[in-house]
Amino acid sequence: MPPIIQLRGLRKHYGDFVAVDGLDLTVNEGDVYGFLGPNGAGKSTTIRMMLSLITPTAGSIELFGMPLTTHRNEILRRIGAIVERPDFYNYLSARRNLELLGRLSGADVSRQNVLRILDIVGLSDRAESKVKTFSHGMKQRLGIAQALLHDPDLIVLDEPTTGLDPHGMVDIRRIIIDLAKEHGKTVLLSSHILPEVELTATRMVIINHGKAIVEGAVQDLLNNGRLKVTIETTSVASALDVLRTSPFADRVQSTGEGAVILSLDREEVHAATQLLINNNVHINGVIPVRSLEEYFITLTQEVA
Amino acid sequence: MILTAIRVELAKVFSKWRTYIGFIAMGVLIPIVVIAMGIEGSAYFDFATQALQQAFTFTGNLMNGYTVGYILLGMLYVHVPLLVTLVAGDILAGEATGGTYRLLLTRPLSRTTMVTAKFIATLLTTNLLVLFMAALSLALGTLLLGTGELVVIRSQITILAADDVLWRFVLAYGFAALAMTTVSSVAFLFSSLVENAIGPIMTTMAIIIVFTIISAIDIPMFDHVRPLFFTTHMQGWKKLFDDPIIWSDVFISGGVLLFHIIACYVGAVVILRRKDILT
Repeated sequence: MPPIIQLRGLRKHYGDFVAVDGLDLTVNEGDVYGFLGPNGAGKSTTIRMMLSLITPTAGSIELFGMPLTTHRNEILRRIGAIVERPDFYNYLSARRNLELLGRLSGADVSRQNVLRILDIVGLSDRAESKVKTFSHGMKQRLGIAQALLHDPDLIVLDEPTTGLDPHGMVDIRRIIIDLAKEHGKTVLLSSHILPEVELTATRMVIINHGKAIVEGAVQDLLNNGRLKVTIETTSVASALDVLRTSPFADRVQSTGEGAVILSLDREEVHAATQLLINNNVHINGVIPVRSLEEYFITLTQEVA
Repeated sequence: MILTAIRVELAKVFSKWRTYIGFIAMGVLIPIVVIAMGIEGSAYFDFATQALQQAFTFTGNLMNGYTVGYILLGMLYVHVPLLVTLVAGDILAGEATGGTYRLLLTRPLSRTTMVTAKFIATLLTTNLLVLFMAALSLALGTLLLGTGELVVIRSQITILAADDVLWRFVLAYGFAALAMTTVSSVAFLFSSLVENAIGPIMTTMAIIIVFTIISAIDIPMFDHVRPLFFTTHMQGWKKLFDDPIIWSDVFISGGVLLFHIIACYVGAVVILRRKDILT
């Protein structure tokens, strides 16, 4: 089984500006693949090249084992995508937008099927409303609906939760997880919102300045490197006094109410807590807050 | 696939308010002109022929539906280009403005197919407007003012018998459709270059105005370029009311217009095929 997505040495430059710089990427069937990077890292440019919206300067793109240059239509028939903002024909209703776009993708655009897809994204009650009356969140949902309408094998979601409220973000995450688990879809999820990837993706790549910095399973990547821990205590002042005269003095990053936050190597956690206990600081709990966010910032700062 | 794409494009075009502006404008203007001609047409005809009335006597129903149709065709030629560019200028640029190129060009249809479908939708809309204009002006004119001889005053006076006029109108409106298609094609080409519909509309109108002025100024240095301007040939419909018709002139004008249409279409295809979609 060939990889669903295989990018080799992908490069795009505009004059002197290099947007994507020799990117390699492999996404296998069934992956929910997080495509992470700060704004301007080259994520959207890469996705646009994958969808033939932009011509690469160099490199190769293969999807479903076929080169994009020679099998464009065959490939696009199997992809559903949202690329950045969810823009639609505002003068048409949600149903009519899906119907017209679905026709071009060879989808079943019967009223019943269109309404079924709108129901999946929670828009069936607004099917006949013009899109110009929709909120940003509703347009994002409609974007997912148009990506699903022709039952694609690969779903490419570029910043699908941007601008959504917390409820909207949870809903979109639920839909992404369902797509992979219930419907067996492969999902490429581009985002700069890290919890989104952390909570949904199985594998991920982090890119910056158009280059891949690290690639692998999300859990594997999170278990490497330095941890951030919250040490909960009723005596914050005493804890701070002890830590600021210890080898961890420069690692006390911040304090909160009833807690001290430390940045530690994994093997230092025990030593730090033992130090506090030995100095009669009562500890209620030690909670790792090391997150993908921290990992991401560390990595992108190192490369920058 | 191309038929599906054309149907989709037509559905989008006819869902937009701006598409109907031309039809509404014609629907209002033509009845007003026909009714006004019916009421004061004789005075208008006397004014138009006052220089000739010392030498000629005009009798009969000369302010009839055919005369009004001829006058309307000449008058509306100035305004219809603006109306057809409203659709043609927006059909590609509107996708860029609305950010919907991203939706459209990630479908499994080639860019050439997409541009062709849009071009055909533009041509159909343009020709529908010309057909509407022809049907309304001739039907309303002959219904309210009857038929009769058509007096054509150009470099010479041509009086065409009533039964010799209708086929000329059919060909003249056919030629008008070709001329308006040329205007649409120019706007279509500009629409492929920019990301806002106002630009192609303004640019096309500016070109028509500039070329028309150059065509009208009788300066020898323009003699070589004037035949190349599509605006020079847009008035070719008038040759169909000459007697006899010099067909070679008609075909040359038609050929120049057709060349512009094909060149604009090919230009738009090449531009869109090479364009990076960044909006």
